[in-house]
Amino acid sequence: MRPENYEARRQPPSYEYELNIGPNHPGIEGNYAVKLRLHGDTVIDSRADAGYLHRGFEKLMEGRLWIQNLAITPRICVPDPVPMEVSYCLAVEELCGLEVPERALYLRVIQLELSRLAAHLFTFGGHAATTGMYTPMFWGIADRDQILDLFEELSGGRVYHIYNIPGGVRRDHPEGWLQRVADTIDYIESRLPDYDNLLFHNQVFVQRARGIGAISQQDALDWAVTGPNLRACGLAFDVRRDDPYLVYDRLDFEIPTEEAGDAWARILVRRSELFESIRIIRQCLERLPSIAGPIRCPIPNPLAWNVPAGSVYTRVESSKGELAWYVVSDGSERPYRTHVRGPSQMHAVQVLEKLSTGARIEDVAQIMFSLDACPPEVDR
Amino acid sequence: MSDIDYKQKGGFLAPLKNLQFFGRKPVTESLDPRPASENYRGFHLNDWEACVGCSTCQKVCDNAAITMVRVPELRDDPGQGIRNLRPAIDYGRCCWCALCVDLCPTGSISLSREYVHTCVDAELDSYFILPDSSGMHGTPFPKGWAKSDDADMVALKRSAMAEMPPEERVDNFEEIVAGYTDNQAIIEASRCVQCGMCHDACPTHMHAPEYIRAIWQGEFEQAVREIYRTNPFAHTCGRVCTHRCETACSVGHRGEPVAIRWLKRYAMDKVPQDRVKAIVGEQRPSFVTGKQVAVIGAGPAGLTAAFDLARMGHQVTVYEAEAEGGGMTRYGIPYYRLPPDSLDRDIDVIASMGVQFRYSTRVGRDITLEQLRKESDAVLIAVGLWMGRSTRVPGSEHKDVRRAVTLLRDVANGQEIRVPRRAVVIGGGNVAMDIARTLSRLQRQRYGSAAVTVTALEDWEHFLADPDEIREAREEGIAIHDARGPQQIVIEDGTIRGLRTWKVMSIFDEQGRFAPKYDESDEQLHEGDMVIEAIGQASDVSLLGDDLTEALEWNRGRLQVDDTGRTSLDWLWAAGDMVRGPDVVSAVADGHRVATSINEYLSVQEQAT
Repeated sequence: MRPENYEARRQPPSYEYELNIGPNHPGIEGNYAVKLRLHGDTVIDSRADAGYLHRGFEKLMEGRLWIQNLAITPRICVPDPVPMEVSYCLAVEELCGLEVPERALYLRVIQLELSRLAAHLFTFGGHAATTGMYTPMFWGIADRDQILDLFEELSGGRVYHIYNIPGGVRRDHPEGWLQRVADTIDYIESRLPDYDNLLFHNQVFVQRARGIGAISQQDALDWAVTGPNLRACGLAFDVRRDDPYLVYDRLDFEIPTEEAGDAWARILVRRSELFESIRIIRQCLERLPSIAGPIRCPIPNPLAWNVPAGSVYTRVESSKGELAWYVVSDGSERPYRTHVRGPSQMHAVQVLEKLSTGARIEDVAQIMFSLDACPPEVDR
Repeated sequence: MSDIDYKQKGGFLAPLKNLQFFGRKPVTESLDPRPASENYRGFHLNDWEACVGCSTCQKVCDNAAITMVRVPELRDDPGQGIRNLRPAIDYGRCCWCALCVDLCPTGSISLSREYVHTCVDAELDSYFILPDSSGMHGTPFPKGWAKSDDADMVALKRSAMAEMPPEERVDNFEEIVAGYTDNQAIIEASRCVQCGMCHDACPTHMHAPEYIRAIWQGEFEQAVREIYRTNPFAHTCGRVCTHRCETACSVGHRGEPVAIRWLKRYAMDKVPQDRVKAIVGEQRPSFVTGKQVAVIGAGPAGLTAAFDLARMGHQVTVYEAEAEGGGMTRYGIPYYRLPPDSLDRDIDVIASMGVQFRYSTRVGRDITLEQLRKESDAVLIAVGLWMGRSTRVPGSEHKDVRRAVTLLRDVANGQEIRVPRRAVVIGGGNVAMDIARTLSRLQRQRYGSAAVTVTALEDWEHFLADPDEIREAREEGIAIHDARGPQQIVIEDGTIRGLRTWKVMSIFDEQGRFAPKYDESDEQLHEGDMVIEAIGQASDVSLLGDDLTEALEWNRGRLQVDDTGRTSLDWLWAAGDMVRGPDVVSAVADGHRVATSINEYLSVQEQAT
């Protein structure tokens, strides 16, 4: 082909075009793409495109000792790693019939709620950023870092804590840690009005978020949506209350709900949950010092640990919804099969496709973030 | 429910409230390195003095990030369970989960409080390091995540084995330990970290990690298979082995070592004898070489060699002077430690491999060595140490001064012996304990009470007998005196009155030679009407005859053999206690060694003809 012979091919005029968002873009907590078909600014078709983060966790775990899998579990969802650890430990404990000491139960609840705070602050900021407001994002990340400091003190790791172990937790909390937790949640609570001023009392954000990406309660149930996304449709379902684990049945907290099912309702639910998590942590901080005893029950030598045959489904409420492990043991030292129910799997693929179809292009990223779609949970 | 008024539509002024932040000082983080939190899981530190190179960290590592690297300048001592291997970490794989720390048997590994390591492309190898206690960058960052009581995952406590209480066992020869129950055995087996230190320390290199794991998995026949790879005296060693494996066990550095000996015993007791024979029979060769080997002495060394040679297809005949096999394990070890039926089962398995036995046939009396040489292609002497040594103190010629080995043999043979009212034992080793405890049992059977005194040359810090033996002997009411040197056996009117001893100040001189020094002012008389000497044994080599004794090379009264157990004559091998000194499992190891050597010799012969 010589340049002088080149002639652009003439095409019939079209008003439709395709646009790929991702796999790297600010609307998502990981690598994930959405292929959009657009007519002007309006999305007329949307295909979710997963696979950029596939690490094969479930298969990997079949080849590792029960204890070695601990290091893998928190990597399934980076922003909210504790529920993965805890639910995996719950599964092994149920199979082995291990009795977890009360002290460890409270330490686990504190971790879970700190992790939820961190994850919601992250989503908060992300959601704001998708509407063009970057201040809450910087704030959210900075405030989340204070929680990561607490995790570093407790577990030695900032993001991948690997602190829970079947039978309890790996260490007792350091000296003075409970006070620092109390100080940090006081601080975060004092910051909430600032977030409110920027988001919930802000006409720009209200107008951007209201009515966007609405899903009906029936649709949410049909698609097995759980967590804040379901509660934003008016159904007060929360694993912590409806299928209590650890010591949640002994704690006093509310299940916030909204009716609209849109992006606005979803972020409102998360905002209310921040407050509830702070309440839960305060109750635990109050009770923990009076609970003596070990932090772990006796466990076998991790290199020679046969978990009795059987299968369990253990679920916890993560910041994204119902997170669960289905673990099958054939009585050997490695799992026969594990399956993780990443809650984002339910709302980040088909639900996202449905909600973004018909939306305007500038709202697609917001819909994603308002669903709190976590690609590592989809891909695993 | 919530503390925000979400019903409001949202104003325009509220966001402006956050303008206040413009006036605030921004938060900045210092770029100077700072230590992380006290529990931080940073780069590895390893205390090379404490590390024994057991490689448990490597086994538990999730990501195969750890490689054990040999550091030649470090100490390598398999007998003490120390290897000169140290873990090297590949930080391209490490996920900082710190399971290596929590599972480290010695507690040598920890993680530092150092956050950052970066490098240019040319230095990519710097992500693969061999950590010592100086840290990733040689800068002394403090320890972060380290071994602590609540984080430890090593099972330090042994499952206790039931024992007959002293008051029940003092007047009979029933076996003292009860053996593990199924549950105890599986829990005990699960403590093993599969480091293989035991394998390295064992004279015969038993596959202990493999059989412990098989026991843990409930595959007892597999355990027997693993045991018989290296040790045909499985029942015996499961009871009376000197268990150097347990000295080397890496779990034993901070806790109690895995009860490897008891686990072996458990596996052997668990599998029925006919199944054991069937399992061992899998090794029976499908061919015969037509070579004939004569083994003199049916002790552990001789029978191990016979077992191996039979597995190699040779025809083996064992000549034994006593009426039954087992050698010193039958006639030297009291029944409360090793019941004879255990030994019978071991010998039964060996016989089932096609080994021929000629009992009550003393070579030199019933058949000559020359005859054996003519009938066989190779001859192995493994006659053990049957002659007790004497202190040669004044009075030791008296008829009631006995040698422990001969007395023990007479008891084992069921012969009527004169049981003294009061006995004094000279010696501080396991044989001294054996004869003391045997005599005290006989005394109680006959007289209803016991009076046995043991006088040992060594003080408590250097005592020769196993701590368990000493404890059990004391529980049975035996008086043990340490650091007592025998001086004279006091005889009045032809009967022994007792043993006079001096306090021992030192046993060896500066050159390490045996030259005891005494404190003569500290003299004691240990009363008794019989004195038993248990101070060592020698070998009876009269079967060799004068010509052979002349032809062979000797080393300080012992037959001179090369590394393979061969004497200076090409058709004659020697093995066991008479070469290596008294120890069952060393004798077994020696048996394997000479069997290999004999097999090589016979194979070469085969090719030559």
